[in-house]
Amino acid sequence: MTIRLAFLIALMGFTGGLMVASFAGFREFIPGLLMGAWVTVQITVLAAILAVVAAMAAGLAKLSRIRVLRWIANIYVEIFRGTSALVQLFWLYFVLPHFGISLSAMTVAVVGLGLNVGAYGAEVVRGSIQAVAKGQYEAATALNMSRSLTMRRIIIPQAVAAMLPPWGNLFIELLKATALVSLITITDLTFRAYQLNQVTLRTVEIFTLVLVVYLALSLVITIGMRALERRVGADFGTGRVL
Amino acid sequence: MLFDWSFALEILPILAQAAVITIEATLIGFVLALLLGLALALARMSRNPFISFPAAGFIEFIRSTPLLIQIFFLYFVFPKFGIVLPALVAGILALGLHYSTYCAEVYRAGLENVPRGQWEAATALNLAPMATFRDIILPQAIPPIIPALANYLVALFKETPLLSAIAVLELMQTAKIIGSDTFRYLEPITLVGLFFLVMSLVSAALIRQGEAWLRRRRS
Repeated sequence: MTIRLAFLIALMGFTGGLMVASFAGFREFIPGLLMGAWVTVQITVLAAILAVVAAMAAGLAKLSRIRVLRWIANIYVEIFRGTSALVQLFWLYFVLPHFGISLSAMTVAVVGLGLNVGAYGAEVVRGSIQAVAKGQYEAATALNMSRSLTMRRIIIPQAVAAMLPPWGNLFIELLKATALVSLITITDLTFRAYQLNQVTLRTVEIFTLVLVVYLALSLVITIGMRALERRVGADFGTGRVL
Repeated sequence: MLFDWSFALEILPILAQAAVITIEATLIGFVLALLLGLALALARMSRNPFISFPAAGFIEFIRSTPLLIQIFFLYFVFPKFGIVLPALVAGILALGLHYSTYCAEVYRAGLENVPRGQWEAATALNLAPMATFRDIILPQAIPPIIPALANYLVALFKETPLLSAIAVLELMQTAKIIGSDTFRYLEPITLVGLFFLVMSLVSAALIRQGEAWLRRRRS
């Protein structure tokens, strides 16, 4: 993992350096692309927060003893995992107004992508809660803890430590999926690239630069999640030591 | 505004035609991903660092960046070199390329799970390396990874609406055109969503059955 990270950083430095060296005048692209990147970052962060909340709720509901809650969670997960993210965005953007609910493009982006990734996350949450050793439940029962207290104090903290690595992958998928919002008229990084390409026709430079920016953003996520894993792992005595 | 069933029935044949394009793109893209993925996996596992490092870099780069940009890139870049690709071809290439990097990691896991002794036994039997790989290693490496590959087939299928961004007349693009012509987005987009939902649920069930069949066969 550490080798892979070092390798990725080297790769990025290399491509970045190459770009600076070879594309004279690429500086004119930078301000537009940076504004786009800021929109991409905003959507990623907001959608990630919604995804975590939705995934926690749906993951716990899937394990609930109340049948209706299980059904609702299952329907939510199957619908959002079974159809494409782009179809979901278009549905929210073009079809919802027919029902009298007009959301801004930005809201659609955050809600659509957040719920989409949240559906995948629900499976991660459910899986890591079920992966907590049976003995933990038994020990909690032996200590006369109620079911909700057991969940809150014993099970969920351990499950959180186990679900961090898959969440890292999901956040990178989310970052990549934010490119779709350019198709519902949001001026994110991808939209800016498309626009600049139409105006300047410097296709190779612009799209390579944008790919490197996305790579850099996904590296930030990888590094951040690794730091979080170390932190949480240290608290629970699980995961990597280094 | 309620769901208009007669309108839905009216546009169904048009959407069915577009679904053929969607399925075509999925299948050709996936075959491409399977072939390219195997080549990438072998390059990635090569003992020569001049082969394995670029392969690893390529895999990481493609996996960490959005498919949509890769589609734009291929669509707009080829004409610069005098090669004009139809949108559908550029889109299929991008899909295949993107998913080949995912398949490469699956292949690698499958190949690494074949015990070393198999290679050694084949050497002892004086089999050529190529024959060993083709007849001994691959037949053992592939079956366990079929479910994982099938999952990527479904994932690729669900990414085909992205081709609408370069105006390929697949399902999503057709639904959008119907929508802008008739100002009715509810039926076309809902039908497209239903189509994907049904296909995904059916393939998920098939994959589960396949997994069970593989488990029975191995035990």
